[in-house]
Amino acid sequence: MIISCPHCGPRDSSEFYFRGEATPTRPEYDAGTAAATGYVYGRINPAGPQKEHWYHAAACRSWLLVERDTRTHKFLSVTLASEQGR
Amino acid sequence: MTRLPAGGLIDRGKPIAFRFNGRTLTGFSGDTLASALIAHDVKIVGRSFKYHRARGILTDGIDEPNALVTLGSGARAEPNCRAPSVELFDGLEAYSQNCWPSPNFDLMAINGLLSRIFVAGFYYKTFMWPAALWEKLYEPLIRRAAGLGRLSGDPDPDTYDRSHAFTDLLVVGSGPAGLSAALCAARGGLRVLLIENDSRVGGRLLSQRYKVDGELGTAWADAALKELVANERVTILTRTSLFGAYDDKSFAAVERVSDHLPGAAIGRPRQRYWKIVAAQAIFATGATERPIAFGGNDRPGVMMASAIQTYINRYAVAPGKRAAIFTVCDTGYEVAADLAAAGVDVAAVIDARRQPGRSLAFAPAISGEIVRTFGKSLTAIEVRRYDGGVERIAVDLLGMAGGWNPNIGFASHLGNRPDWNESLQAFRQEKLSDGMMFAGAADGALTLTDALASGEAAAARVMSPASSMPPIGTSAQASPHVVRAIGQKVFVDFQHDVTVEDILLADREGYRSVEHLKRYTTLGMATDQGKAGQVLGHAVLAQHRGVEMAAVGTIAARPPHTPVAIGALAGMHRGEHLKPVRLTPTHCWAAENGASFVNAGLWKRAQWFTRAGDADWLASAVREAKAVRSAVGICDVSTLGKIEVEGPDAALLLDRLYANMMSTLPVGKCRYGLMLREDGFVFDDGTVARLDESRYVITTTTVNAVAVMRHVDFALQVIWPDLRAHACSVTESWAQIAVAGPQSRALLQDLLPDIDLSNETFPFMGAVAGTWDGIPMRLFRLSFSGELAYEIAVPTNHGDALVRTLARLGQTYGCTPYGLEALGILRIEKGHVAGGDLNGQVTAHDLGLGRMLSRKKDFIGRAMAERPMLVDPGRQALVGLKPVDPTQRLSAGSHLFRSGAAHVAGESQGHVTSVAYSGVFDQWIALGVLAHGPQRIGEVIVAASPMRGTRIEVEVCNPVFFDAAGERLRA
Repeated sequence: MIISCPHCGPRDSSEFYFRGEATPTRPEYDAGTAAATGYVYGRINPAGPQKEHWYHAAACRSWLLVERDTRTHKFLSVTLASEQGR
Repeated sequence: MTRLPAGGLIDRGKPIAFRFNGRTLTGFSGDTLASALIAHDVKIVGRSFKYHRARGILTDGIDEPNALVTLGSGARAEPNCRAPSVELFDGLEAYSQNCWPSPNFDLMAINGLLSRIFVAGFYYKTFMWPAALWEKLYEPLIRRAAGLGRLSGDPDPDTYDRSHAFTDLLVVGSGPAGLSAALCAARGGLRVLLIENDSRVGGRLLSQRYKVDGELGTAWADAALKELVANERVTILTRTSLFGAYDDKSFAAVERVSDHLPGAAIGRPRQRYWKIVAAQAIFATGATERPIAFGGNDRPGVMMASAIQTYINRYAVAPGKRAAIFTVCDTGYEVAADLAAAGVDVAAVIDARRQPGRSLAFAPAISGEIVRTFGKSLTAIEVRRYDGGVERIAVDLLGMAGGWNPNIGFASHLGNRPDWNESLQAFRQEKLSDGMMFAGAADGALTLTDALASGEAAAARVMSPASSMPPIGTSAQASPHVVRAIGQKVFVDFQHDVTVEDILLADREGYRSVEHLKRYTTLGMATDQGKAGQVLGHAVLAQHRGVEMAAVGTIAARPPHTPVAIGALAGMHRGEHLKPVRLTPTHCWAAENGASFVNAGLWKRAQWFTRAGDADWLASAVREAKAVRSAVGICDVSTLGKIEVEGPDAALLLDRLYANMMSTLPVGKCRYGLMLREDGFVFDDGTVARLDESRYVITTTTVNAVAVMRHVDFALQVIWPDLRAHACSVTESWAQIAVAGPQSRALLQDLLPDIDLSNETFPFMGAVAGTWDGIPMRLFRLSFSGELAYEIAVPTNHGDALVRTLARLGQTYGCTPYGLEALGILRIEKGHVAGGDLNGQVTAHDLGLGRMLSRKKDFIGRAMAERPMLVDPGRQALVGLKPVDPTQRLSAGSHLFRSGAAHVAGESQGHVTSVAYSGVFDQWIALGVLAHGPQRIGEVIVAASPMRGTRIEVEVCNPVFFDAAGERLRA
């Protein structure tokens, strides 16, 4: 797979570390165990487009928010995770 | 000799000597092993997988299921090579496989009589009882009797290379379609990479006598090659097999660089692994002729008709003296004509279609079927005419022209299954991944004219997606042909000895999906991956069940398309080059001082320093640990991860990363820190030093250096992107040396006369940045050993000078270098946890560090760490352990049992995580985790290791064995 890093351009997936689904967002610590459990263990695991976190470990060290189709491995979008919600 | 007097693409001026089963034979330059064997009338090349039936050469290429040989001997022996795709070279040695004592007389042929036992699924149903005999008796017996070639078992003596290629257009296959596509794209200015499995370009043109543009096909191919070679944007790789198509238009291929050269090629790799990225790819991979299912269709002398054509036209060898062709398509007649033109007597063409295609001047065309064959190698065939007559015809060569299957397996590497095409009567690839298309015979364009046009059309589409070139239609064919068996085995998968009867049996037993059929009968699971016979097998199933082929479908081909040597995939990455090596800044000094090194991740760390008089490694380690406790020792700790964190919110970031509070840490001080994972378990530990108001340097364990950096980046970029802080790994930038022991202050004061190191000005957990000898220096008063101790850091390139200076100045104080083993002894004596204790399943409470979890702030892991199960006092928690009999030796990994309990998994109450021989106590001591551990101090329990057969009584004790009050480190 080739991932287009917003900093470095198209790079082989072996340069990246795959963390997993990006859908759960971290709750505040006082939101309760149920919310924390959902964040740590809850996954949608869709057959289709999935938001994921990848880390460009071998280059710019950016955490990327990507959307990838789990059926075709096609990358639909790649953005810097730090720019989400800004 | 059956070499034809003239013709062929061989160089009769260059004879080549080779050996087959010990016999010296000769061929010509341009021959393959198969053509050279045919020239010597070798009919039986090997024995089959299960039944040990005599087998000859069936095909002319990579799809060969029968003529498998072992090439070379000793460490270079390579089993299961396909004779038709082995180029002949001087000194080639080849051996038949799966036969003893020889392919002509094989004692294992008795398996043929036991064929009732070897039916489909025999592994699953025979020999199931008694189970104990399976491993000891049945399996070894079956493996010896049924099988292919054997590996030498020796290390691979050859070298392998690796290359990368990037191109606008990848063309796979250099037959008429591939060449016309490459020519068209190259003329259009594209960068083209043309890959050909064969040693020369031309594909089927090399096997046939067709003309292109008025010249012979081979001459046209040569001219095309010349034009392509002259174009600097074109790269041509011959002897190169594409074996996989992967995501995002990447492909893998192996180039055979020196396999065809005599002897072990000095200074050249044997093979080169290519990783290719291509914007577009045209697969002009041709088509594979399919066999016909009839009784005795595996007999040596029965060949694919297309292979006969290749051997006659390309290699000028006649595989027989009197031939017949069994055909379901017009190509059978062409082969008959080629045979006749070469002077081979053609006895008949048997056409299984109700309306025979043609009539011939030189031989009768019979409308009918072959039902049986005769002879050890072929002597006769029995033909049943559709008009009722049965006749026996004496022939020693029979060609099967069963139609063509487009070679489309690469499409299913990317998950695209083919569709059955009614007019083509074959699977064709309709659904394609972006950037991939098929052309020529691979796309169903089976005639030469169509193939040339198809290649051009594909290239035109690459250059202009809206190209107006009309799509090339598919050719019409007859369906795969199956003759009802009468008494003789009918093979569909020749390599795995799968017969029509096996498929019918699988169907009776419910294995009707082609994927189930494949696994139950092993149809298509041999080294040829069913290239020759798989579709025929599926046709048998469809016809038996009376359903359409489209309803049966076919299996998904998976990489590799052809077998690949593991050495080619490994390339240079073997032995000491398997992984990069990281050396500490003091490596040379350590080596000079007798260090033995141990791998710690990629690092080489000094494990102990051998001195004269040390009985063994343990004596060295104990001596070093004692030196630290009594005088001073020095140890390289540069491998610990070091991360600098800077910015107005650096303190806030660290508060969130660590379970304990860091924002309250004063400038010039260090603090021990504990990081949790988000699930509440311990992730890593280390120290945090505050260099100034907004700048910290933190350390991680060696093993987690990378993971912690990633974790910090995740916190900064994903969880709290608004924090004004930056973090950067400086592990490689600083050499860090631990100076530990009662004399450490005196030694460092000599090294750093300008800094007051007295306990009052630089107490335990102090941190200071300064200079040593004019270069930047950081000094931390940290202790892992429990002694008065420091860690001093200088830029990496000064690490060697620093350690040598410390060693020189330290001579006065009895300074001793110590390694990882002594470090382990010292930290276990102090109850400090490390690698084996932090196994990802322990909580802060388990380590007795529960009170470090701050209740005043959010931090990663806080919510989950408060789960009831994680704070249950019954959890296995850290304790010290010492043998009741001080002469006994403990081993890490031993399980802990209540005294008197059975030593079974269900009774295990914990395990030993670290052991060391303590010189201070003169006995083995250990750390471990034990249920209710801290409440059981003083209890005698059992540490048992069923693996080692040991069982030792141990006393549970405080994990801090030495100086529990911590007076020494504050001295």
